[in-house]
Amino acid sequence: MKENRNESLILQTRNIVKEFSGVRVLNDVTVGIRRGEIMGLIGENGAGKSTLIKIICGIYHPTLGSLAMNGSDVEINDYITAKRLGIALVPQEFNLINTLTVYENMFLGNEMVVKGGLLDKRQMRERAMVQLEELGMPIDVNLRISELSVAEKQHVEISKALLLDAGILIMDEPTTTLTGHEIKTLFALMRQLKEQGVTIIFVSHKLQEIVTICDRVTVLRDGNLITIDEVSQINEHDIARKMIGRDFQQVFPAKKIRSGDDVVLKVEHLSSGKMVKDVSFELRKGEILGFAGLVGSGRTETAETVMGLRPVSHGSITLAGKPVTIKTPRDAVSLGLGYLSEDRQGKGIVQDFDIPQNITLISLGEYLKRFLIDKRKELEKSSRYVDKFNIVAASMRMGLRYFSGGNQQKVYLARWVDTDPQILILDEPTRGIDVNAKREIYDFIHSLAESGISCIVISSEMEEVMGLCSRVYVMREGAVTGCLEGDRISEEQIMFHATGIHDTELLGRDS
Amino acid sequence: MNERSKTKESVRPSIATSVVGWFKNFKFSEHSTGMAFILVFILASIVGWPTFLQTRNMTNILRQVSYTGIIGLGMTLIIISGGIDLSVGSMTAFVGGITIFFLNTLPPNSHWSVLLAGVFAVIFGAFCGLFNGILVTKGRIAPFIATLGTMSIFRSLIQYFSGAGNILSVNTVYSEVGTGRFLGLPVPVWMFFIIAIILHVVLNNTRFGRYVCAVGANEQVARYSAVQVVKTRMIPYIITGATVGMTALLWSSRLNSINSSDCIYYELDAIAAVVIGGTSMTGGKGTVIGTVLGAIMLGMINNMLVLGGISSYLQQAAKGLVIIAAVLLQYNKKN
Repeated sequence: MKENRNESLILQTRNIVKEFSGVRVLNDVTVGIRRGEIMGLIGENGAGKSTLIKIICGIYHPTLGSLAMNGSDVEINDYITAKRLGIALVPQEFNLINTLTVYENMFLGNEMVVKGGLLDKRQMRERAMVQLEELGMPIDVNLRISELSVAEKQHVEISKALLLDAGILIMDEPTTTLTGHEIKTLFALMRQLKEQGVTIIFVSHKLQEIVTICDRVTVLRDGNLITIDEVSQINEHDIARKMIGRDFQQVFPAKKIRSGDDVVLKVEHLSSGKMVKDVSFELRKGEILGFAGLVGSGRTETAETVMGLRPVSHGSITLAGKPVTIKTPRDAVSLGLGYLSEDRQGKGIVQDFDIPQNITLISLGEYLKRFLIDKRKELEKSSRYVDKFNIVAASMRMGLRYFSGGNQQKVYLARWVDTDPQILILDEPTRGIDVNAKREIYDFIHSLAESGISCIVISSEMEEVMGLCSRVYVMREGAVTGCLEGDRISEEQIMFHATGIHDTELLGRDS
Repeated sequence: MNERSKTKESVRPSIATSVVGWFKNFKFSEHSTGMAFILVFILASIVGWPTFLQTRNMTNILRQVSYTGIIGLGMTLIIISGGIDLSVGSMTAFVGGITIFFLNTLPPNSHWSVLLAGVFAVIFGAFCGLFNGILVTKGRIAPFIATLGTMSIFRSLIQYFSGAGNILSVNTVYSEVGTGRFLGLPVPVWMFFIIAIILHVVLNNTRFGRYVCAVGANEQVARYSAVQVVKTRMIPYIITGATVGMTALLWSSRLNSINSSDCIYYELDAIAAVVIGGTSMTGGKGTVIGTVLGAIMLGMINNMLVLGGISSYLQQAAKGLVIIAAVLLQYNKKN
């Protein structure tokens, strides 16, 4: 209806709604991208950025709503169609084949052939070379991808997209793995592309980058479109507030002020690989301690190191005053530690196991009667968890595969509670689950803390950390950059510690 | 709790209605192996009428399938844990040969010698399995490749030790094990059923069995749940080695000798029984009972072809078709 007015928009999402098994992850999102602009797309984890991009690229199909290009409706059913329409994606995880050369990768799926069907390698090499040179990135096209640096791989990925005359380039968190200098080069390249008339959608959760490179910025939160602003008329603080701000008092139970003084877990100068650098922190009895930071800031890796899932290269762990050595998850569990992984599907639940089998996976030793599993006891105990956690299950014997994310998470949580832990680390405990289940899990974390179990909550959702935790450590690039307490726990403070833009008033720095 | 079960008791339906209820709740997809078994049985009864249903024929089928069937029972655990063992055929010949060497050093007329040799066969087999297990877990070699290697090694060793011929037992009572009967059933069949029951319980009612399923379904989940993944993946190979030892004992004692080319393709029959029995080749799911049914089904099909007068050259083709059909069924169930 408004097609005439929208002609300057090269791409428009119209009232896009996306649901995954009943959970709405995008709600009525209408965004117009102008020809030749760099549009920033920002939001917390789970805000719906990736889903929106995948819909634009035809990888997902919208539940409701449509896409339009140059004012007229288009149907993008798969990524191949998207490519044909001039939409190219530079994914966060590169889609390159390590054992093939640069030019072979660039032409993968679009090989040039001479008559008779043989590959025209000479021409492919030449075109690849020309393309890379145009971008100011003279990479030898005969090198294998495995020999390239991360930044070079990214350039290959971008060149690959541009080979197909992409009019719209979508870059999904392209800076996550780059160094400062490489980011500068990338930004120069983006500006150059913009001059050549390429439209870019730049996905990030780093405010500074958005402000530096983008013309406009779209903020998503919980699947809703919050605003679309000209970057020149907005500052980082405003964007941060828009990313986070929600009336979260309703969702979170009242914060418990009192927490014991006994330190139950003390980690000092812990290092492991490149992702955990000299991390020190303390956990007190019955407290809910937060770990905030951006994705890839080393929080998960720190937890995994404490749990014996990663080798400790340096540092010490002290439990209730006693120094301990944790080499395997088994050691950790026997010392009363528990870790709820962020990757529920990949590292948490067994999809084909039913509820009792999943719940007793770690504590199975408690259910043995002369080497045999007491299945009645298993079922009885599991039924109690089902009641306690309000797990909605058609049958106790049904595989977890058929459960919603929230119910799966509750079963996973029940598994750890059944080990009777002293310390429970919860990594993104509410990722991918609906609001009601979230609330239940918050209540439950609270009751755990009240019963004397010390909890660490790792979360990228700002309000979760703020609503639950009495103290918050913030991490960035594998190191702890701050410890916030009481009133000092605020979005701005966390954001600044997490992104590295420090506020001068801040005192909570450890370094 | 008590009250609830009491009320259940009082309204317990009659046997007739509960049987009806069982049929109502019966899911064909969950019992496809059983259904296929019944189907093959009926088909074989018709084709092989009346010989097929005679007791002698039946026990013969059971005896024939028990050798690879026993190995298939161990293989079930390996496949559920996410692995595979291609070496079992050569391992059987190897263990059988070494066992006869061992037996020949013992007093030749004593039953105690035979018993000792039996224990030796099972333990020696378990050690061969341990070797596979170490390669797969500690050596981090893909199971397919590691056991392809040991398959060659075991076969080569038995050829060397036997001079590419026969290894004969000098014991006079050894053959009683392989040819003996108990309550009308051949000894190998008894062994097949007894080991099946043991491994069924191990898989369904022990912690180890549960962990085998967990590791096979998702190794990362198991690792993050403090399961000792290496141990859990290794033990099925040891168990399979022990079942190989048992088959080696039964087979070598039947003929009182081992030939260096014995037990070729045993691995294929064992794996076929597992697959036809509904165990997922990708791991995580499977049943020992299914493997028992699968092994017997293969035997029935062979028997049916023989009784139906079909060329023995085509029997392998029939087996191949059944395997493919079984996997296709599995695949379609998933989608």
